[in-house]
Amino acid sequence: MSISRMRLRGALGQAGTIAVTLLGLLLLTFVIGRMMPADPVRAIVGEEASPEIYQQVFQQLGLDRPLWEQFLRYLGDVLTGDFGTSIRTGKPVIEDILHVMPATIELATFAILIGAGLGIPLGVTAAVNKDRWPDHLVRVFSLFGHSMPIFWTGMIALIVFYAHLGWVGGSGRMSQFYIGMVPDVTGFLLIDSLIAGQMDVFASAVNHLILPAALLGYSSSAYITRMTRSFMLDQLGQEYMVTARVKGLSRRQTIWRHAFGNIRVQLVTIIALAYGGLLEGAVLIETVFAWPGFGQYLTNNLIIGDMNAVMTCVLIVGVIFIALNLLSDLLYRLFDPRTK
Amino acid sequence: MTALPASRLPAPLLAARNILTFLLRSPTSAFGLLVLSILILTAAFAPWIATHDPYAQDLNNVLQAPGNGHLFGTDELGRDIFSRLVWGARITLTIIFLVSIVVGPIGLIVGTTSGYLGGRFDTVMMRITDIFLSFPSLILSLAFVAALGPSLNNAIIAIGLTAWPPIARLARAETMTFRKADYIAAARLQGASPLRIIVKSIMPMCLPSVLIRLTLNMATVILTAAGLGFLGLGAQPPLPEWGAMIATGRRYMIDSWWLVTFPGLSILCVSLAFNLLGDGLRDALDPKQMNRR
Repeated sequence: MSISRMRLRGALGQAGTIAVTLLGLLLLTFVIGRMMPADPVRAIVGEEASPEIYQQVFQQLGLDRPLWEQFLRYLGDVLTGDFGTSIRTGKPVIEDILHVMPATIELATFAILIGAGLGIPLGVTAAVNKDRWPDHLVRVFSLFGHSMPIFWTGMIALIVFYAHLGWVGGSGRMSQFYIGMVPDVTGFLLIDSLIAGQMDVFASAVNHLILPAALLGYSSSAYITRMTRSFMLDQLGQEYMVTARVKGLSRRQTIWRHAFGNIRVQLVTIIALAYGGLLEGAVLIETVFAWPGFGQYLTNNLIIGDMNAVMTCVLIVGVIFIALNLLSDLLYRLFDPRTK
Repeated sequence: MTALPASRLPAPLLAARNILTFLLRSPTSAFGLLVLSILILTAAFAPWIATHDPYAQDLNNVLQAPGNGHLFGTDELGRDIFSRLVWGARITLTIIFLVSIVVGPIGLIVGTTSGYLGGRFDTVMMRITDIFLSFPSLILSLAFVAALGPSLNNAIIAIGLTAWPPIARLARAETMTFRKADYIAAARLQGASPLRIIVKSIMPMCLPSVLIRLTLNMATVILTAAGLGFLGLGAQPPLPEWGAMIATGRRYMIDSWWLVTFPGLSILCVSLAFNLLGDGLRDALDPKQMNRR
């Protein structure tokens, strides 16, 4: 079999795997949605409705049909982009989510920049100084970031840096004063404020973003540090490192140009996965900082039991995770010469 | 060449002793062990350690700063925070214990059966595992609790339902290495059924690594449980669960910092302890490290 045909087969196999995983994801959200003790009909018609109306809505929702038929219907709805209507806002769930998503992406992007900016140098330092004090220090520092309950650290940081020191803005994406001053073009406040030329709104947005992003970044840097360290250790133990030194390269050059150069691809895949992991922290940190993003949308709907919205959120997180896994896989194949 | 055994202790006990000595030699793992011992002792002797009734309200003494007969101050209902933390240790241990007895068996059964039977069954089971792994654990637990209704027990079930895939993966990988072993072939020749082989011959072999993996995961479990408590989906008031204590203390945090500070420190200490211990265990069980030191 020729190489191109083998590749095609591989790609088809992967597409099949993804399709099966997505189907499983949908089945899972469907089952969880059906497990709920809350009555979806009551949520629509209210407590006072007559049995006739109740029965009518019950049939409209298709709840009288067998479960497999309900699942097929759900599958059809999702595939045609119909995720149902939010009980709370009365708007299509997907519209709501697209509206809140930029706030979370803005937060997560800054967080991952901080996380990678912190984690990569720390990981390299730890690997180069293996089993000496910098290694131990980095290990404790990153385990600390991995162990902290982020919602609690968020509160403590608010008490210290906002209430007492006044260094940063408090909750929300900008000061109350500026809300509504910038037209919503992209949904990304930093970009929108620049488009509108409102530098003070931009400054306020940065001021509010920095603390939650730093906390999320610190918590994700633990994973990045650990992986950087272990990738670097692999490379530093290779014989070509000795050869490079013997050829007269400085230690610094061998570390950064040779060893680090070889782990860049692996690091990109790790950072892509860490980016997805930030969604989890975002749910908690957005609640603490009243950040009007995806996480807050999810928790608000959880509390009032709006299952349409909750299940769509869960589904989207699953899809984002699968997409990021796929992306990191692709990047690996594209950039790593050995996989060619 | 055969070496004479250096000690009279049976091998598993000896291994456990070696691991323990190794752990105690590293200051960070020793700290982890110390904190966990304190947690266990606190939970065991809670009635004697607590200075007050954790549920007793005292409306004349609300939001008292630490000191004045209340080591960590009082909360918005005048309850002693130190005593609530001490009793909360029991809830934390309960979560750890119950999650372990849910997750361990599920992971072990799925992993060993899948690894031993192989073929279609394996493919299907691993696909299911992948689907569960494609969610961050907190988000999936949130979805389960939302469906089951908020309570401590449901939070434990939800965490259990989301925490088994890594265990199953591990048990499967271990099983694959034993599957072709001679002793399994011998058992099969004697006519043992697959069920008997899995339960009697494979599961005991996977148990040690599964137990260690459970320890490694405990920090995540504790943080997820606290996160659920904080979002109001875990333990319900007036239970002194640490995450829930932070959630109620949040309203008063600017003026009464002690309401959120001490429960948070407790969570941080326990999860850090598990992480440090896990880190040490990883080193202790890495054969390269063992020989070098």
